[in-house]
Amino acid sequence: MPEVTYLEALRQGLWEEMERDERVFILGEDVGAYGGAFKVTEGFQSRFGAGRVIDTPISEAAIVGAAAGAAHMGMRPVCEMQFIDFISCAYDMLTNYVATARYRANLATPIVVRGPSGGYVRGGPFHSQNPEAAFLHTPGLKIVCPATARDAKGLIKSAIRDDDPVLYFEHKYLYRRIKEDLPAGEEILTPIGQARIAREGKHLSVITWSAMVFKALDAAERLAREDGLEVEVLDLRSLLPMDDEAIAATVKKTNRVLIAHEDTRTGGVAGEITARINELAFEWLDAPVRRVCAHDVPLPYAPTLEDFVLPQVDDLVAACRWLARY
Amino acid sequence: MAFRATVGAIGYTPRMSATAPPPAQSQAVISGLTRAQLHELYYWMRLTRSLEERLVNLYRQTKVIGGLFRSLGQEADAVGSAYALDRSKGDILSPLIRNLGSMLVQGATPLEVLRQYMAKAQSPTAGRELNIHFNDLTRGFIGQISHLGDMVPVMAGVALHFKMTKQPRVGLVYVGDGAMSTGAFHEGINFAAVQRLPLVVVSENNGYAYSTPMRVQTAVKSLADRAVAYGIPGVTADGNDVLEVYQVTRTAVDRARAGEGVTLIELMTYRRKGHAEHDNQSYVPPGEIEAWERNDPIDRYVRRLTESGWATVDELGALNARIEKELDAAIALCENEPLPDPDTALTDVYQDFPIEPHWYRGLDA
Repeated sequence: MPEVTYLEALRQGLWEEMERDERVFILGEDVGAYGGAFKVTEGFQSRFGAGRVIDTPISEAAIVGAAAGAAHMGMRPVCEMQFIDFISCAYDMLTNYVATARYRANLATPIVVRGPSGGYVRGGPFHSQNPEAAFLHTPGLKIVCPATARDAKGLIKSAIRDDDPVLYFEHKYLYRRIKEDLPAGEEILTPIGQARIAREGKHLSVITWSAMVFKALDAAERLAREDGLEVEVLDLRSLLPMDDEAIAATVKKTNRVLIAHEDTRTGGVAGEITARINELAFEWLDAPVRRVCAHDVPLPYAPTLEDFVLPQVDDLVAACRWLARY
Repeated sequence: MAFRATVGAIGYTPRMSATAPPPAQSQAVISGLTRAQLHELYYWMRLTRSLEERLVNLYRQTKVIGGLFRSLGQEADAVGSAYALDRSKGDILSPLIRNLGSMLVQGATPLEVLRQYMAKAQSPTAGRELNIHFNDLTRGFIGQISHLGDMVPVMAGVALHFKMTKQPRVGLVYVGDGAMSTGAFHEGINFAAVQRLPLVVVSENNGYAYSTPMRVQTAVKSLADRAVAYGIPGVTADGNDVLEVYQVTRTAVDRARAGEGVTLIELMTYRRKGHAEHDNQSYVPPGEIEAWERNDPIDRYVRRLTESGWATVDELGALNARIEKELDAAIALCENEPLPDPDTALTDVYQDFPIEPHWYRGLDA
């Protein structure tokens, strides 16, 4: 079976959907002749033409707004944000226009907005962000954050086929670091809204997503080796809608929960998950729900600073040990 | 006989009787428009004004739930520009708050507008959205949202679809002197221009954005000058002259349909009422409103029609009577309709699942 990187899996998913459905098209900055800043769309313009792989001005609001207009008319646009940090420039368009369109106006807006998110790459404050919390609060949007190559492919395909707007936050740290065997010719469609158990365990649970899944798996491995702790890792994959059933199930199984995310803590998604656990399974808890997140600062550039601010495997190990002892 | 033919044309039933149309009705008399079409323009402008007057009454009776936005004195710009589109070809427009007339031309009905303002269950948005914020892609209008400028990128996307699918259709989007200060306007028109999309951008220069006059809004003297920055033609026209509005927009629509790209049209007009019905216009210099009252677009058009012999006073009177009758019927039909059932509030956020009511609903209070 061919070994496929996370980035290649995403590419394959986009390519297959472009081949399958002529309503699918791509628009974004430098996505055409250049193939995108990270080469996600390399070769697309020569295969599908400049009419379906559109180089736009540096205008995120126009990219998302035009995608919305075309989507109302029956198209299936995929917008690339060159770095996901720039999605904030389209915040109004996404939250006020796109997210409300079905509800207020009965207008379907099946668009995908995707782009490289995440830190650990020395990108500094504006090329490292994880914007999911900024959009989790907006009814009408869906949010997916693949961690594996299989889900990178399966979620982009499901996102394109979804009848609602989907924000697809890929992690640039994973682009070329993750490789998996993906059978050629297999139709991979990861359902939106379903979490995945990345590692089974019975002593405590780490609920996480995106690149943090691998840090959690590393921590679980170490805890198994050094402490004999069996840590369950739940990869949420979708944040909106969120898989409450899977969250409740892991809480009821292990009774101790750590929520880990790469974004900053205050107002972060971990707070929402904590509240849900409180509502869904309070009486099953043997310890307070705890969080491991980035510190509440803009993400700094210097490796010493970035490594300090972001959660590391050691942080997860320490937090899990605290929970296990509680 | 002549009147009947006019009525048929207005109702978008067949424009002409198939058998023996009166010759005078079928010949273009000005701007390529027939006598019947000139009557239609009058009908839409007068309907816009009368509908808003009825809404004022309903507002004063507190039957209008939210704010009321008038387009008094701007009816010609909305009606004349929308009339330049071709509904039979599937053209689509997106109005701003003072473009009720443009939606009526595209087929929105007074009944729908009344239900919207009164938040009725049977309104086009089932009570979810306000005033003229509603849409019908089939009839060719997409309602605005309140964030000014946002519809420019959206309509660029609609026009992009026309271009990608090689359909000879045109999009038209309204902005105002205020909306043109937004980033979304700039991004949208620039994108549409560089892509040579079949889009017409109509800028209503009505002097005020809420209370802020144009001279505080922008340093340019003419909004059409902005076109230079986008590499597209920009024209300024008298927004209170419905025929001039029609003609200048028609040229831009034809250009767009021929694949020649975007045109920016600035229509000079004046907002004679406040931003909304509550606004007392304390910021307006004395005499300004009165001066524009003398430039009323409907009065001007009536004079033009009657003095040129394109319509008789009787014909126009008959149209007025018809409008009042239509509005009476629409109001009688919906005035006492119910508001939406509360439990309809939680569907259609997503296509595939409803939002659940909160856990404490259903508990004893």
